[in-house]
Amino acid sequence: MTPEPVSIETDVLVIGSGAAGLYAAIEAARRGARVFIAERSLIGRGGATVMAQMTVAAALGEEVPDDPQHHYADTIAAGRGLCDEKLAQLLCEDAPACIRELDAWGVGWARKNGHITATTAPGHDRPRCVYVDFINTGPAVSKTLRTQIARKDAIRKAGDICIVDLVVSDGEVTGAVGYHLGSSAPVVIAAKATILATGGLTRLYRRNSASANMGGDGYALALRAGCALIDMEFVQFFPIGHLAPRLVGMDPIMWDPFRYKLGGQLLNGAMEEFTSKYGSDEDGKYVLARDLATYAIVKEVEAGRGSPHGGAYLSFEHCSEAALREAFGPVIDRLAENAIDLTKMPVEVAPIAHYHMGGVKADAAMATDVPGLFVAGEVVGGANGANRLSGNAITEALVFGRRAGKSASTRVRQTTRRDLGAGDTRAALDLVRAEATGRTVPNTAAMIAKLQAVMADDVGPLRTAAKLKRAVAAIADLTAELGERPLGGGAFDLQRLEWFDLRNMLAVARAVAESARNRTESRGAHQREDFAQTLPQWLMHQRTTMRGGEVEVSGAPAEALAS
Amino acid sequence: MSSTAKLKIWRGSARETGRFETYEVPFEPGQSVLDGLRWLRINKDPTLAMRFSCINANACKECMMQLDGETVYACTARLEPREMTLTPLPNKKLVRDLVTEIAPPSERFSAP
Repeated sequence: MTPEPVSIETDVLVIGSGAAGLYAAIEAARRGARVFIAERSLIGRGGATVMAQMTVAAALGEEVPDDPQHHYADTIAAGRGLCDEKLAQLLCEDAPACIRELDAWGVGWARKNGHITATTAPGHDRPRCVYVDFINTGPAVSKTLRTQIARKDAIRKAGDICIVDLVVSDGEVTGAVGYHLGSSAPVVIAAKATILATGGLTRLYRRNSASANMGGDGYALALRAGCALIDMEFVQFFPIGHLAPRLVGMDPIMWDPFRYKLGGQLLNGAMEEFTSKYGSDEDGKYVLARDLATYAIVKEVEAGRGSPHGGAYLSFEHCSEAALREAFGPVIDRLAENAIDLTKMPVEVAPIAHYHMGGVKADAAMATDVPGLFVAGEVVGGANGANRLSGNAITEALVFGRRAGKSASTRVRQTTRRDLGAGDTRAALDLVRAEATGRTVPNTAAMIAKLQAVMADDVGPLRTAAKLKRAVAAIADLTAELGERPLGGGAFDLQRLEWFDLRNMLAVARAVAESARNRTESRGAHQREDFAQTLPQWLMHQRTTMRGGEVEVSGAPAEALAS
Repeated sequence: MSSTAKLKIWRGSARETGRFETYEVPFEPGQSVLDGLRWLRINKDPTLAMRFSCINANACKECMMQLDGETVYACTARLEPREMTLTPLPNKKLVRDLVTEIAPPSERFSAP
């Protein structure tokens, strides 16, 4: 028997507890709202923030003069013409205040000579990217925000909650339906405002740099609630994700901080520098934009000049042990435990799914198309255009989280509480309360692995019409295999959780593949081998919506659709 | 080099009625215990329950369990070509298989 639903009533429901969700909760609470945070993993531990070992961009101007307008110019340039200018403006203007607030809360930004110190990440015109040593930025941000929410009685929070669907009453989002993993109890949450802070979709890909629970569920929740998504074709691949030798206990994107501090050489399988062939001479400094570096590495591997495991070499052999130790302290010991001595050997790196530029369409108040629903962090589409600048991900989590919390609290003051009607929650509760069947086929874990292979092989950094057509067909097959009713059941059944995950992942995968198939040009992170040029008529956003349960992509220029 | 690790895993949803099940998983040097458990779910038995989130970074700290009676993170404990016994944390409330209630009380779900 499925337990009876548990009802929760709150002013603001925040879904997700990375930096965006936590900051949103803090802001809404200090503006007088009662908040409930629902997290499908553990509070502050799942998602991407805790994995972010790199830097946070903000025009603090402490060491060298800076201004949000310079940060904005770099963000726009990196976005290859597609940044939503209002969102990018907000990102850059509010960043310093958020960074200083975290500083006041004791996050521990690295300092030199009494100033918060910054490094120059690729694409920035000056040192602008702050960090916490050693490679501890994300965990420190997460811990700091978690400590703040623990101090606020107005914020309740619960982990192990899988949100299955948003509740829409008369065209407005009025809460959500989900279940508690540990007990399998259905949960109905009524809220005057709901904030999606669910992160991105990197779990769609075989090799990725984020947590196992970032499968794009926020995009799917928003789609089913009637929101539009934009720019879903733009998946950022982080060019130098760790590939070999096997390294445990470290985030695969760990080499970026090494490059900020120590430069390092990117070499092909013949130990030759190669990025200059693709239009960017590194010259011993780390300046290469992510989309270009990814392209160069994949092309070099295709030409048979890759490293043994199918990537490129990254070498710090020019660095002394003392220099390495000074820059990375205990991290050097962790590498030694993995039998990696950077003074004597290069490592192998390759592009790895890292971040999603696309997402839910929102205005500068973080409001979506559907009243009552706000978004924060990576789930927001458009701020970073076709290619995100290094360092802007945690920044947008903080800035958009804070703004969403403010907007949600405003809505709370203007909205009277309403009870959720049985009709509004019926469909979602029916899924959540599906009886345990004992059915173990299909194997949901294997289906996720298969979807990840499809996306990596055919919707990866280099795309063609044939690959994308094959991907769309494979996604349709997996969708049919998944069926209409959840399998598994009972306490902490990963199969049932994965069924709900796949329901979301497959819809989102289709949005990415169809958007990529439509865009017959190459721009930023979307590279088409059959359409290599960047075309002026494609200086536009595509929208993804859902109609009758089907994903629809629209917005292509007329001549592209006709071809 | 092909070799296997034998994972003897505690299964069940109550301490009194649990049992061990033993699985063989392929082993490559450098792999983690979590790699083996994830392989097992994809290839042999998707009903196995465990917590994991960050997979490799040892950032989320969710994959705590006991290996041969000692508490480890499955993502940093190395898989070895021998029998390895995996059990849930003994001092936490059991949820299912290798999953225990590890969240602090204020971050847990409870009916209001």
